[in-house]
Amino acid sequence: MNTKETDFEVRSLDTMCLNESNLSHPWWYNFKYLAVGIVFGVVFVKAEIISWFRIQEMFRLQSFHMYGVIGTAVVVGAISIFLIKKFKVKTIHGEDITFTDKKFNMGQIYGGLLFGFGWAITGACPGPLFAQLGTGVLAISVVILSSIAGTWVYGKFRDKLPH
Amino acid sequence: MNIIAPWPWYVAGALIGLIVPALLILGNKHFGISANLRHLCAACIPSNIPFFKYDWKKESWNLFFIGGIFIGGFIAAQFLGSDAPIIIHPDLAKELAGYGITDLSGMVPVQLFQLLDVFTLRGFVMMVGGGFLVGFGTRYAGGCTSGHAIMGLSNLQWPSLVATICFMIGGFVMANFILPYILAL
Repeated sequence: MNTKETDFEVRSLDTMCLNESNLSHPWWYNFKYLAVGIVFGVVFVKAEIISWFRIQEMFRLQSFHMYGVIGTAVVVGAISIFLIKKFKVKTIHGEDITFTDKKFNMGQIYGGLLFGFGWAITGACPGPLFAQLGTGVLAISVVILSSIAGTWVYGKFRDKLPH
Repeated sequence: MNIIAPWPWYVAGALIGLIVPALLILGNKHFGISANLRHLCAACIPSNIPFFKYDWKKESWNLFFIGGIFIGGFIAAQFLGSDAPIIIHPDLAKELAGYGITDLSGMVPVQLFQLLDVFTLRGFVMMVGGGFLVGFGTRYAGGCTSGHAIMGLSNLQWPSLVATICFMIGGFVMANFILPYILAL
């Protein structure tokens, strides 16, 4: 397992390798996450979050819709995390729920700006891309493949990039 | 609430916000989507790159999660769809009409995102170039809208605030100053 000092994500920034359960579950336990994903996908479509037009309106300050969605999500998420921490809520399997602080690096600025460019062009961040494909827009498969390629190129050259 | 009509922002926002505690309580999982692109690289094309050498199977819950998003998109489009066209801001409609984009039906403009458009300059820049920036940028930033803007801000992480502000700056610059030239191609 890659736990190099320079991998800012491992154990610090991302879902990677942290929160690793000590319990071992059969693979089909993962279907609970599939169920949550289905709800998420339906919300994406029904609230027009995956609409290219809504994203264009957001970046042109022509609509409050997306600001309302993200703002409400953050408020609900923050209250939820506050309550989980305050009451030391455990998982349904009785394990502790843990949080890791994110470390700052320049990648959040450079990468953030580059992702912002891509977001405005494709009108979608990674989650909506998969929902768009689900609605049957085949052309989005090109966008997804290219985003995987972008991730691969980042992985290939990350040691040479400023962080 | 009429389930067929588009859902208002506060319903959608609250439901998305509840995904954060749902994943935590179901198994101490942190909400984040773009890491899946890394897992897919690790699973399919690791190419001996250290960044992709880890046990992606331990992260397979997240692949199930995006599988669910795909299915959710399918269900909503097939069974919960409304035929009413999306009402967009008249200024945006006018701007897009200037580039010949007049079909405002659907979630994705059919005049921009067609499979064969990838062989046109505009289509290539938008689909291949845009997708590349999404994949490269999110991994460089260590997360996307879900991992930084929603999960990170919910957990009061200031690096996530920096990332989110940069997402928005990048999007504003692209949409207002650069995209018009791309759409004119």
